[in-house]
Amino acid sequence: MYETSYQRPTSIDEAVKLLGDSDGEGKLMSGGMTLIPTMKARLAMPTSLIDLRHVAELKGISFENGRLKIGGGTTHAEIKADATVKQHAPTLSYLAGLIGDPAVRHMGTIGGSVANHDPAADYPAALLAMGATIHTNTREVVADDFFTGMFETALEENEIVTAVSFEPPQAAGWEKFRNPASRYAMAGVFVAKRADGSVGVGVTGAGNAGVFRWKEAESALGSNFDGSALDGLSLSANDMMGDMHGSAGYRANLVKVVTKRAVASAKR
Amino acid sequence: MSQVSMTVNGRKVSGECEDRTLLVHFLRDNLHLTGTHVGCDTSQCGACVVHLDGKAIKSCTMLAVQASGSDVTTIEGIANGQDLNPVQTAFKEHHGLQCGFCTPGMIMTITDMINRHGSDLDEETVREELDGNICRCTGYHNIVKAALDAASKMGTPQQVAAE
Repeated sequence: MYETSYQRPTSIDEAVKLLGDSDGEGKLMSGGMTLIPTMKARLAMPTSLIDLRHVAELKGISFENGRLKIGGGTTHAEIKADATVKQHAPTLSYLAGLIGDPAVRHMGTIGGSVANHDPAADYPAALLAMGATIHTNTREVVADDFFTGMFETALEENEIVTAVSFEPPQAAGWEKFRNPASRYAMAGVFVAKRADGSVGVGVTGAGNAGVFRWKEAESALGSNFDGSALDGLSLSANDMMGDMHGSAGYRANLVKVVTKRAVASAKR
Repeated sequence: MSQVSMTVNGRKVSGECEDRTLLVHFLRDNLHLTGTHVGCDTSQCGACVVHLDGKAIKSCTMLAVQASGSDVTTIEGIANGQDLNPVQTAFKEHHGLQCGFCTPGMIMTITDMINRHGSDLDEETVREELDGNICRCTGYHNIVKAALDAASKMGTPQQVAAE
């Protein structure tokens, strides 16, 4: 790891100031579950690390006015175990429990995952499918506008993901086809039957521009919420990632298979 | 360089280290607690698992400065003198180790599992939650047996927490 300096703010304002002071060379760190391995591999060399783990404003889960809101600093383990999440969005609780392993889930946070937008991260698929809103220290952005490309988001410099919020879906399913070695999604699909009756389908691990919505599947499932509604549909291999673990053509087919499984498993 | 202070196995410790020093290296090199191992160094194998404020974490994926102010428990801190803790005893009784390299991390991970699930811990959960701990000798069966045996002896999470 290259040399760096560590800073520990206790408020969002302090974190923003420290980030501004770093002249673009500093990085925010939430759980560090992606950033520290990246720094160990010398693929990142921030001159300062701004640790968000002690910022109380970023933590907590609440249900108000029909929306579930989860603070950016909430860990995967907390989302998995939280009674409010289990009550209103059990599928998101299930999703959180399949991220990494228990030690990673104790540190990794939803805000970190969302801000990093790894092309195989799990939460972005759920947030797109549910039509969630991403809250930052300066504004609110709908998920559709937030995830702009692989490892790219609408975040400006000095902007911090403070929370995500969404209206709980009527029913949802999450299916992750994991790479047997890395356990990352080769295709992960979150299907949500939203409160207004429309269907959202968020796909991670497969697209060559990061997470995406499979809109043809959404329309088909909107009129018939059953896997058979997808029979006539196909995805283009041109939009998929291809690597040593699976070709783009393989992933295009896999997304369809996994989407059917997600629909079959969908429950309240 | 930063001054780092934490409680390790009930003892207040402090030391100076570079901000980029990993917690596992601080434990091993500064505190000479070499029971915590470095296996893969890429967050996958779990040989470095310790407890931070009561929760299992990978000490190769955390900076020592991040842990400053926290309570850390390592494999050296779980036995009561010469008396092994129930997870250690179960590993011995069920032949849950061969070369032993992964064992400190396995025991810290399984202790964390029992803290959360208590005697409700079942085989499927043990196998799923051992996702982040790799063993190259045992084939896992005896590790799973040891975890289930220890869970049945350590009781509910509440009882464990009260000990």
